[in-house]
Amino acid sequence: MVIYGVALLAACMLVGKLIGEVIGIAIGVDSNVGGVGLAMLLLVFVVYRMQKAGWLDTTSRRGVEFWSSLYIPIVVAMAAGQNVAGAIAGGPVALVGGLVVVAVSFALVPVIARLGKGKYAVPLDDLDTAREGRHE
Amino acid sequence: MSERLLDVIAGNGLITAFAAVGLLMLVCNLISKHLTAGRIHGSAIAIAAGLLLSYIGGVSTGGEDGLADIALFSGLGLMGGSMLRDFAIVATAFGVDVEELRKAGMNGVLALLVGIVVPFFLGGAIAYAFGYTDAVSVTTIGAGAATYIVGPVTGTAIGASSELIALSIAIGLVKSISVMIVTPMVARAISLNNPSAALVFGGMMDTTSGVAGGLAATDARLVPYGAMTATFYTGFGCLLGPSVLYLIVRGVLGG
Repeated sequence: MVIYGVALLAACMLVGKLIGEVIGIAIGVDSNVGGVGLAMLLLVFVVYRMQKAGWLDTTSRRGVEFWSSLYIPIVVAMAAGQNVAGAIAGGPVALVGGLVVVAVSFALVPVIARLGKGKYAVPLDDLDTAREGRHE
Repeated sequence: MSERLLDVIAGNGLITAFAAVGLLMLVCNLISKHLTAGRIHGSAIAIAAGLLLSYIGGVSTGGEDGLADIALFSGLGLMGGSMLRDFAIVATAFGVDVEELRKAGMNGVLALLVGIVVPFFLGGAIAYAFGYTDAVSVTTIGAGAATYIVGPVTGTAIGASSELIALSIAIGLVKSISVMIVTPMVARAISLNNPSAALVFGGMMDTTSGVAGGLAATDARLVPYGAMTATFYTGFGCLLGPSVLYLIVRGVLGG
């Protein structure tokens, strides 16, 4: 049933966020520390085990895949809800600071990625065909 | 009568948002196909269009939630809010390859550290150059250069003024928004085409929104790798900002 997949996803997110909150409380930070990241790791792990055990049928998978494929539209909605006017009103410090930081960070990405570059760092295959399949 | 009809649309906010975003994506995909010959992907155009619309919404209403401040589009706030966004982000982990994750793990941790410390001191130095020379100002603005969540959290913790906190949010927003727009353009130049680089990218850049938006427009399959490290960033930044980093700044500048 589709709801099994959705429920599995929901459970992973809740457990991850709860653990993230506990970590936040433990180290005295008023923020959720890595909750979403933990939820993702949990989902990866649970799906891996369930697939091995043969517990995850096609319709259950569809419940997770549906939400995964709604990702881009949700990001578009998120972009439309950002305080862009506020960012521009922040003046030159915000603009200069933000842009310089981004430029330097971009430049550092390949440097750090290269430090541990192995055979797993191979490009994914052709962009367009794969992406169409997933999101269109 | 027109009021009652408008109520139907505004009263079904989330559904209106689905329809509006779907329409926007359709238009942007057509623009991508016919005006850019597919060179700029439709989702990148759609995200940029979303930001533009949010600017228009923000200017016309004076609010802080972009287009979502317009009553008719209030559902966008729910659709793009943290609950559904996080839900969809977690769902993208469904396609993650366990092996790739394990091999690139250490890189992600290193990227997280560099990704917080470098923007922090860079942002702080720029603040200093612009005349914000006391430790609290430099720390708050520097933390904002990490993310617009770390900025206010740090600022509040060390007693910064509300003007400073607004500035730290603004610098974080500029960063987040430019990451969304620039990522697909420079992806090739910085070899952002594999899970390992995406993991580093997520740790280097900032908030989940900037990284996720930028990667989604580059190659959607990279989103889970980047998002995974990016979600640790905010918590990690909130931890370091008001403590270690503030103490370092105070040690250098005094007071």
